[in-house]
Amino acid sequence: MRARRPGSHGWSWRRWLLHGTLLLAVAIFVLPVYMMVVTALKEPAAIELSTAWQLPPTWNWESFGQAWTAFLPKLKNSLVLTFAATACSALLGSLNGYAFAKWPFPGSRLVFALILFGMFIPYQAILIPLFGFIKAIGLYGSIWGLVLVHTVYGLPITTLIFRNYYVEIPDALMEASELEGAGFFAIYRHVVFPLSLPAFVVVIIWQFTQIWNEFLFAVTLSNPDSQPITVALAQLAGGEAVRWNLPMAGALLAALPTLLVYVLGGRWFVRGLLAGSVKG
Amino acid sequence: MTTRKRASQRTSFLVVLPSLLLVGIFVYGFIGRTIYTSLTDWGQDPAQALALSPVTRFVGLDNYRQLFTGLIDGRFRQDLVSTVFFTLFFLAGCLGAGLLLAILIDHKPRGEGIFRSVYLFPFALSFVVTGTIWRWLLQPSGGLNRLPPLIGLPAGEFTWLTSRQQVWRFDWNSLPVILAVLCGLGLALLAARDLRGGRRRRRGVASAGGAVAVLAWAVLWGRSWSPLPFPELHGFNLAFIGIVVASVWQMAGYTMALYLAGLSGIPEELREAAMVEGASGWQLYTRVILPLLAPITLSAMIVLGHISLKIFDLVFAMAGPDNAYTDVPALLMYVTTFRGNQFAKGAAIGTILLLLVALIVVPYLRSQLRREVDR
Repeated sequence: MRARRPGSHGWSWRRWLLHGTLLLAVAIFVLPVYMMVVTALKEPAAIELSTAWQLPPTWNWESFGQAWTAFLPKLKNSLVLTFAATACSALLGSLNGYAFAKWPFPGSRLVFALILFGMFIPYQAILIPLFGFIKAIGLYGSIWGLVLVHTVYGLPITTLIFRNYYVEIPDALMEASELEGAGFFAIYRHVVFPLSLPAFVVVIIWQFTQIWNEFLFAVTLSNPDSQPITVALAQLAGGEAVRWNLPMAGALLAALPTLLVYVLGGRWFVRGLLAGSVKG
Repeated sequence: MTTRKRASQRTSFLVVLPSLLLVGIFVYGFIGRTIYTSLTDWGQDPAQALALSPVTRFVGLDNYRQLFTGLIDGRFRQDLVSTVFFTLFFLAGCLGAGLLLAILIDHKPRGEGIFRSVYLFPFALSFVVTGTIWRWLLQPSGGLNRLPPLIGLPAGEFTWLTSRQQVWRFDWNSLPVILAVLCGLGLALLAARDLRGGRRRRRGVASAGGAVAVLAWAVLWGRSWSPLPFPELHGFNLAFIGIVVASVWQMAGYTMALYLAGLSGIPEELREAAMVEGASGWQLYTRVILPLLAPITLSAMIVLGHISLKIFDLVFAMAGPDNAYTDVPALLMYVTTFRGNQFAKGAAIGTILLLLVALIVVPYLRSQLRREVDR
């Protein structure tokens, strides 16, 4: 079945059925996006449940302008948070992964497992002490509190991805520098780090998406000034008597950065996804 | 081992140490702190709840007793039931849709890469974005219900998200018996498998004994013990259908990606051998490929299962934090703690969530790490 390519005589009914089913699935996946865009482009007065699927009678770009003005500070918060926490957790993860993969010390397997477990805990189980801790060190309501939190809870996955990547680097590559007397950091800088680009791309894409999209820490540890976009969006959409063009425009704005990353880096995105699950 | 090598090993440990300390505090320390908090009465006295250094008393397992058998915590019990139902449907939906899409794409359609990208894109979205869109799509007299009129049918009348109806109701007091019967049947199955194989006789006999004991308890004494002094009905809230639909929309592509990774690992020769043996396309999948995908299904179930137990943002965005008909423990923990200032009770709910997640994740992690060692 798999090897049989459609011949020049046209397609069998099976191939029509296959493509028909796949296209139907595409429709299911795309319809919500269509609805989001169409609703965002409507005048508030033109939004009615009965005509929700129809194209807007007049194109109203105003919603995006309004959403942009309202969300700009939140977008900035999200950007600062995402960039800082992604960079920190990627760097630390790279060093950890290198240590675990290339310089295992007595008990390193247990330490690795202990760090890894942090990936799976429901954060509700640490939320109350975390809230108290962030408050106590004066970072409640500051974006830097969230940076710290995302860096720490990002460590398990970044360490895991880097470790699995570095294990594949042949030891022979390191031995030459080792004979020349290079130690832990010299080998990292001259041999391992230059080879790390693919792993960094995977980790950065993964962390960027996760942190940008995160909501529980954001809603617990931020105040209106330091709110990331997800919190602002949830508040806007959750209000009473919503005019739906605004939340839809806001949802689109909140989704664009991660969608962009997905479109540009799809291959690496999938690799991060597999690293976070199949290998567990 | 050379001294230099040993020095590098020491450096290696020192490099990992800060991360170990951070995770030690932020994961294990905080979990311990949460468990301790759950054993106090922090929050019961409103005057002390928000004090800088609140005076709390140690009350043992009282918070847990209240959650499972207390008068006022019926909402928590319904949330537990809801989470179990949600997890079942979410898993079935994602695994079914993901496997179907993966098998279709495995047939090498034209534009394979485009199909794959389209199915996976919702996974890149925030649950809050998904929730916002689907909240609008599932408006009772709009959205999905207005799709049939587009092809000339009458409008739908599903109340996906706003239904107040509950089905498959059962009394909370019969839960111990239900659990015991399920547990007993599971043990009996295990025993049957072990004894038939003949290799693990002792484990088989032990399981059989356990099954008999548990079932006997359920039949003889189970009914005489009821956690609540009154009947309390719980069941599946139909309002969760909307949340299941939205979450499957978001995660089906992810499951597909997992299955596709598994499919690409199946050697071409194996498929060809099966075809030479005369297997039909259907048999190729049911006899050869699906059994080989079993480990993927297991990983997917673990990952999806722990996502579904933790689900919070999607429900928050779709139905709001105070909607009893779509409530889940993860959300109740947040509301109890940060809206109601019932810190101890929130901590108890958080601990229960942790136990539930650990129940599925720890055995899996152990087997994965053991496999790593074997390699």
